[in-house]
Amino acid sequence: MMRRETILNLLVFLALPAVALAALALDEPFTITLATRAAILALAAVGLNLALGLGGLVSLGHAVFFGLGGYAMGILASHAQSYAPLDLGLFVIDGTKSMPVIWLVAISVSALAALLIGLLALRTTGVYFIMITLAFGQMFYYFTISWPAYGGEDGLSIYVRNSFPGLNTLDPVQFFGLVFALLALVLWIMGRIERSAFGLALGTARQNATRVETVGLSPFKLRLVAFVISGAVTGLAGALFADLNRFVSPTMFSWQMSGEFIVFIVLGGIGRLFGPVVGACLFVLLEHLLSGVSEFWLIYLGAILLFVVLFARGGVIGALVGQGGRHE
Amino acid sequence: MGWMSALLLIEQVLNGLQSGIMLFLMAAGLTLIFGVMGLINLAHGSLYMIGAFAAAAVAGATGSFVLALAASLVAAAAAGAVIEVAVIRRLYDRDHLDQVLATFALILILSEGTRWVFGSFPLYLDVPAALAGPVTLPGGIQYPAYRLLIIVVGLLVAAGLFLLIARTRIGIQIRAGESDREMIAALGVDISRLYTLVFALGAALAGLAGALVGAIQSVQVGMGEPVLILAFVVIVIGGIGSIKGALVGALLVGLTDTLGGVLLPLALSGVMEASAATSVGSALASMSIYILMAIVLIFRPTGLYGTA
Repeated sequence: MMRRETILNLLVFLALPAVALAALALDEPFTITLATRAAILALAAVGLNLALGLGGLVSLGHAVFFGLGGYAMGILASHAQSYAPLDLGLFVIDGTKSMPVIWLVAISVSALAALLIGLLALRTTGVYFIMITLAFGQMFYYFTISWPAYGGEDGLSIYVRNSFPGLNTLDPVQFFGLVFALLALVLWIMGRIERSAFGLALGTARQNATRVETVGLSPFKLRLVAFVISGAVTGLAGALFADLNRFVSPTMFSWQMSGEFIVFIVLGGIGRLFGPVVGACLFVLLEHLLSGVSEFWLIYLGAILLFVVLFARGGVIGALVGQGGRHE
Repeated sequence: MGWMSALLLIEQVLNGLQSGIMLFLMAAGLTLIFGVMGLINLAHGSLYMIGAFAAAAVAGATGSFVLALAASLVAAAAAGAVIEVAVIRRLYDRDHLDQVLATFALILILSEGTRWVFGSFPLYLDVPAALAGPVTLPGGIQYPAYRLLIIVVGLLVAAGLFLLIARTRIGIQIRAGESDREMIAALGVDISRLYTLVFALGAALAGLAGALVGAIQSVQVGMGEPVLILAFVVIVIGGIGSIKGALVGALLVGLTDTLGGVLLPLALSGVMEASAATSVGSALASMSIYILMAIVLIFRPTGLYGTA
């Protein structure tokens, strides 16, 4: 018999395409876009969850990777749009409108940034780590604001959504399908990582770093690898988010974005593979419903979040399956 | 270097000092709260904002800047005490993730609450007329009197804080609380009252900084968070829990930020054309304090004055 949590996971996961297909039947493209947005934000938080949920690394700067993914898309597509080659100093490349190429660049760039930030930030733990990741996020935010080449504070618009072989990405439901397939793939990979020797060692390093060192593994290296993979996945989500909106701006780097990713994870239930998916869907739903009720809907969101943190530590999944968080 | 550019440099050093000393008021509260209660408080920026709004509201109603400053202290300290009793107190035994989330939730509530009461448009808090003009410093430097006052007030508050911690009974309790919580509770100190007091003190410092800076910039929702993150950089550089570290870190960050913004474009104009030098220089300057933080981290992962 399947565990209640597994059933719930499947239900929530399948609810996303169900909503998208129902919206297609009812001819409500905006709802499909909402579902796509939820799936992309979920993907970003699934990336963070590897570092935060499994590795115990409270990164308050994952917007860096989200933003880098976004700007990877924005910069490549804007050069393709203007037919001006992109001069990188050492070599010159052409812009591109091809999603697979853009994704690869987004993943590489954010993995590289995660490596550099991780090398510095992982020298510390606890509050220092939180503050440092937050500070690096702010560095990228101000850098993009003061760098005029790609729109500065105003951001960068891309007029036509990028292409994927065999699909019409301008059709909302086809783009949703593509995003959903990527989310499913990444969740599958994350599930494998969690159960792999690496994932087990990473989880142990969170609970008791000495135990990991005793068997000859380096907690620092485990965490660094986790941080890099985590950043790469969030970077991919950033490229998709930019493609959804056909717009990138410094707000993708903002600290609120980083905070929201953590909120998704905790709303859903920390340390659970599907926690970020549940959390992101719930967030997008709340945002949609509450913002219709009141201009000041963030007050309600804050109150809900405060309640979850103070009284419902297992998140939504924990409340529904009747057990607390997996972390104790 | 010519006489004019030397004057410009001194003016910028004073500006850096002024922004550094305001950062210190923020960072001192944060580092004290972390040192004594082990709490990371993201909502500290909201207390800065509350101080600024209280000052703007009172100045608007009475026209008195002194009353406005007093209001900023009282409002922020009161808000701090209420928040501590209602929410923060439940977080001392929790892990840092819960603290981050709960105080993130507080930011949402306090920011939107302020927007609800005061509206989305920025308020303006006027510099008192007597201080609106420049004063002439030795060497013929013209410098705004109000900014000079901020430096002096900030330094006085810093000195007062050091005295409070080093010389008074409450300071002894705070220092004892940093090193051994259970012991001072066993000695009969009302620990939960001490925590509320420390939190309110940190809040009052943040509120005062908000009001003082609010008169130079505009008073608006969201003004606290950029300052909060800068204060984090200060604490990482200075070392968590160290007031001295907060002072040194704040001055370093204030000076680097201000001087970088002026000197980097100037330095680069020697090697590239003017417009490029301005844009590259300002982009680099926006990164300078984080680079400073990275360098400190490489050599001293626990900050300049941090322990363990």
